[in-house]
Amino acid sequence: MIANLPVLQVLIPLGCAPLCVLLRRRSLAWLVFLMAALGSLACAAVLARQVAAHGPLHYAVGGWAPPYGIEFVVAGYNTPVLLVVSGAAVAAAVYSLGSVRTEIDDRRAPLLYTFLCLTLGGLLGLTVTGDVFNAFVFLEISSLSTYAMVALGPRRRALPAAFRYLVIGTVGATFVLIGIGLAYAVTGTLNMADLAARLAAADSDRALYAAAVFVFVGLAVKAAVFPLHAWLPGAYGEAPSTVSTFLAATSTKVALYVLCRLTFTVFGAGLVFGTMPVGRIGLLAGGLAAVAASAVACFQTDLKYLLAWSSIAQIGYILAGISLGTAAGVSAAYLHLINHAVIKASLFAAAGLVLVRLGSVQLSALAGLGRRMPWTFAAIVIAGLGLVGVPPTAGFAGKWALASALIEAGQWPVLVAMLVSSLLALGYIGRIVETAWFREPASVAEPSGAPASMTAVVWVLVAVSVVFGLDAALPASLAESAAEALLNGGG
Amino acid sequence: MTANPALLLILGAAGVPLLRGLPRHALMAAVPVAGLVLLWALPEGTAPGLQFLGLELMPVRVDALSRVFATGFLIAALLTMVYAMHLRDTLQQAMTLVYAAAAVGGTLAGDLVTLFVFWELAGLSSAFLIWAGRNERSHRAATRYLAVQLLSGLLMLAGIVLRVQSGAGLEFGHLGLDAPGGALILAAIGIKCAFPLLHSWLTDTYPEATIVGAVALSAFTTKFAVYTLARGFAGTEMLVWVGLVMAVFPIFYAVIENDLRRVLAYSMINQLGFMVVGVGIGGALGINGASAHAVADMVFKGLLFMSVGAVMLRTGTANGSDLGGLYKSMPQTAALCMVGAASISAFPLFSGFATKSLIMEAVGQEHLTVAWLLLLFASAGVFHHAGIKIPYFAFFAHDRGYRVAEAPLNMRAAMVMAAVVCVAIGVAPSLLYDMLPYAVDYAPYTTAHVINQLQLLLLAALAFTVLVRTGLYPPELRSVNIDADYVYRRALPQGWRALSRAADAGRARIGPVLRRRGGELWEIATGPLRPGSRVSRPWSTHLMVWWTALVLGAMLLLAFL
Repeated sequence: MIANLPVLQVLIPLGCAPLCVLLRRRSLAWLVFLMAALGSLACAAVLARQVAAHGPLHYAVGGWAPPYGIEFVVAGYNTPVLLVVSGAAVAAAVYSLGSVRTEIDDRRAPLLYTFLCLTLGGLLGLTVTGDVFNAFVFLEISSLSTYAMVALGPRRRALPAAFRYLVIGTVGATFVLIGIGLAYAVTGTLNMADLAARLAAADSDRALYAAAVFVFVGLAVKAAVFPLHAWLPGAYGEAPSTVSTFLAATSTKVALYVLCRLTFTVFGAGLVFGTMPVGRIGLLAGGLAAVAASAVACFQTDLKYLLAWSSIAQIGYILAGISLGTAAGVSAAYLHLINHAVIKASLFAAAGLVLVRLGSVQLSALAGLGRRMPWTFAAIVIAGLGLVGVPPTAGFAGKWALASALIEAGQWPVLVAMLVSSLLALGYIGRIVETAWFREPASVAEPSGAPASMTAVVWVLVAVSVVFGLDAALPASLAESAAEALLNGGG
Repeated sequence: MTANPALLLILGAAGVPLLRGLPRHALMAAVPVAGLVLLWALPEGTAPGLQFLGLELMPVRVDALSRVFATGFLIAALLTMVYAMHLRDTLQQAMTLVYAAAAVGGTLAGDLVTLFVFWELAGLSSAFLIWAGRNERSHRAATRYLAVQLLSGLLMLAGIVLRVQSGAGLEFGHLGLDAPGGALILAAIGIKCAFPLLHSWLTDTYPEATIVGAVALSAFTTKFAVYTLARGFAGTEMLVWVGLVMAVFPIFYAVIENDLRRVLAYSMINQLGFMVVGVGIGGALGINGASAHAVADMVFKGLLFMSVGAVMLRTGTANGSDLGGLYKSMPQTAALCMVGAASISAFPLFSGFATKSLIMEAVGQEHLTVAWLLLLFASAGVFHHAGIKIPYFAFFAHDRGYRVAEAPLNMRAAMVMAAVVCVAIGVAPSLLYDMLPYAVDYAPYTTAHVINQLQLLLLAALAFTVLVRTGLYPPELRSVNIDADYVYRRALPQGWRALSRAADAGRARIGPVLRRRGGELWEIATGPLRPGSRVSRPWSTHLMVWWTALVLGAMLLLAFL
């Protein structure tokens, strides 16, 4: 049983997807998605335990031995991502019970759950696969279903947002495919471990450089790295609340994970950071993202767009950590990845709650509601402080680790960018606080009641973010073992 | 972490919004008292640490220095909470408790990370006390205040990180200016401690706080900074001169200021100057003096802010030119205000006399004649602007016809408690002396000292009386300056008036233009960031693809070069 877990993890959600379409009932489809999410979370938890105890697990799909068959690898570097993705799926599943009813009609709801299952399966597959072409396939599965989910958003603006995401996402995926093709042309293999071994021999081949550049740029589009971020605000801002909660915690994070995986265990840190200037470009892009996106977030008038821009800034932090190429940097990036997934999911969930209760997430509509919706806004403020990085929230742990890593590497300008970005983050969170508590209410309409499922998810996520801040042992140990597995090739 | 008075206060703060009426009042008073009991029940020494991100933290360290400051903060918290009982606004009450908790927690912090956490918490929580004015003016002031507090926090964080990186460890003991990160940490403290040129946030924003907020603000932030300074930078000679500038320059501003709460803010900088001088001298006497004066200042400055706040509550203004004659309708507040005034002016039998003289003695023992004379001048200055000006213009002077009720009962109770503390320390200095970090071998009540001080004060009072009687002062510039002679006293107001007329005219001409230009510049600078601008509106697909192609091309080029 345990030997088959790596593939079960992916197959459960993929197999549940058609079930959702066939069942046609909202409640049944919801139940199926919940089961799929719980199933993959259980698999992820068992796998994480196994990997921690016995080292990496390898699984040959269909019994075809690598490098010819497809191989799934579960090791220290992807267990945190598996936990984050499947945990976010469970949160999204519970959350959708209250949220989907208000945003999507009964006819389309089963489709949404189908896409959620497909996205979940795609992201998990992308995380565990040890084969680059298979990675492309999973990337496309998750991306295509994501475009469809964004298009299900309640406003008409969701359609152009989904279309833009589709175009640019496809361009990115194509770049990834071109890169994989070039690497295949150089080495004649698609298995990651095998690629790594052969690439080491094919050093200083120009086709190899081109392969790396195409793959990185393609993944940077998927990860919304500044200045290739432009699809993200629309996609997160217009998607149904359940979807933005799920995507905010997962999709860009998985792309960043794949970036790490390919950098350290396929192309090799020597090539990427030594001969190629990827590290410097990443630090530049990360620093720029942190400052520019936070500054834009300060001026947003729509809560979901504000959060989306803040996500772009936080992706900048994670990218900067990875681009250092040091153990401390990668470990900090993972820590921030985990923490930010929790924090941003809780914020998007809270924004969805506000949307349900008020019918709008325009900041002007929130004026003076802090007193009438104290619990919802308290959650936003606590999670928001996490974004700023105020101790003792989870955000502080990640930022502290990142700041130490940057200092260790002597990257002062990036550190300054990070600190400035934190100040700006205080600015946009402060705007929410100021609007909610210190402005006169715009209308006297009483906010409608909050669905218990949504409130519960918001508070559980907020609680997790606080717990991770107070006692960072779990995420920190996950992050450290991930960095160790990546840098020492422990896959 | 388990037995920390700061946590107790924060827990209490969480309970405040949940209760109403008498139980809430009881809770508000009980929490600081319980904090005091807990503080004195804690054994001296460092409580077992806890691990956080691989750092060894020591959140509770009790020694004489931290205990005397924490005691002061808790007493101030009690006074402020009693003073705040009449409010319906639970936000202010809860935030005041959190703010006090930050000061207490920071004082007990045994390591720099804990210190930083409470340093930031103090800044954040106190901003709410300004915000709580709930009007445009207080919003702006709070934002300015918060920005400065965060800047201070960032500097401190940067200093701590540098220090940790250099291997000096996290322990919060003597830091010193020359140690790695020392200058940054000192700059961070300098902001909160209102060093010259870094002080303007204090006089700018304290008078914009709510009535209760100003009382709380007067007690915690700056004295917390003094504690940090005493712990980390005792005996840094530069601080003596910094402190002297702080003690002297606000006098001139306070004399010409009309808003009584701003006068108090200036006089706070002046008092802080004394403490900073004490820290700069260091040694047993200097640190004792700084600690004792800080504790006394928390109470008497609080008392003064409370009385001016009570006046403000009843009359709606704190402008000296609009007030006067209130002793008829608010006799008790007037009497209590004068106790505070006597304390800050260091009248014998009041707290300032017992504590300030420790600092004077420390300066004297070091034979810093210039410094001693400047402090003497500053003492006289305090008497003018805080000791006489505040009670005189609020309660006496010209009767402006206010016939208002006496301050609410809880306010009077708080003021009485503060006054009792002031007199107790003044009458029996050993109450405070026994708590100080070093053994005190000093008797304030010697004949020479008492007579010296009385001479200083009485001559100052005489000067004031003569000047007011002879009507030499224009009403909006009522002030006395004992070491300025007759001609100078006339020249100063006239010169000042000419200058301010010119400045007003200039401001009227340039101000709007400058503001408009500034506004336009801000619009242009932030234009690209606003929704609907080129950056922030949804990008067209071809723009996104162009960017992708551009990045790809650039990376390929760089990779092949």
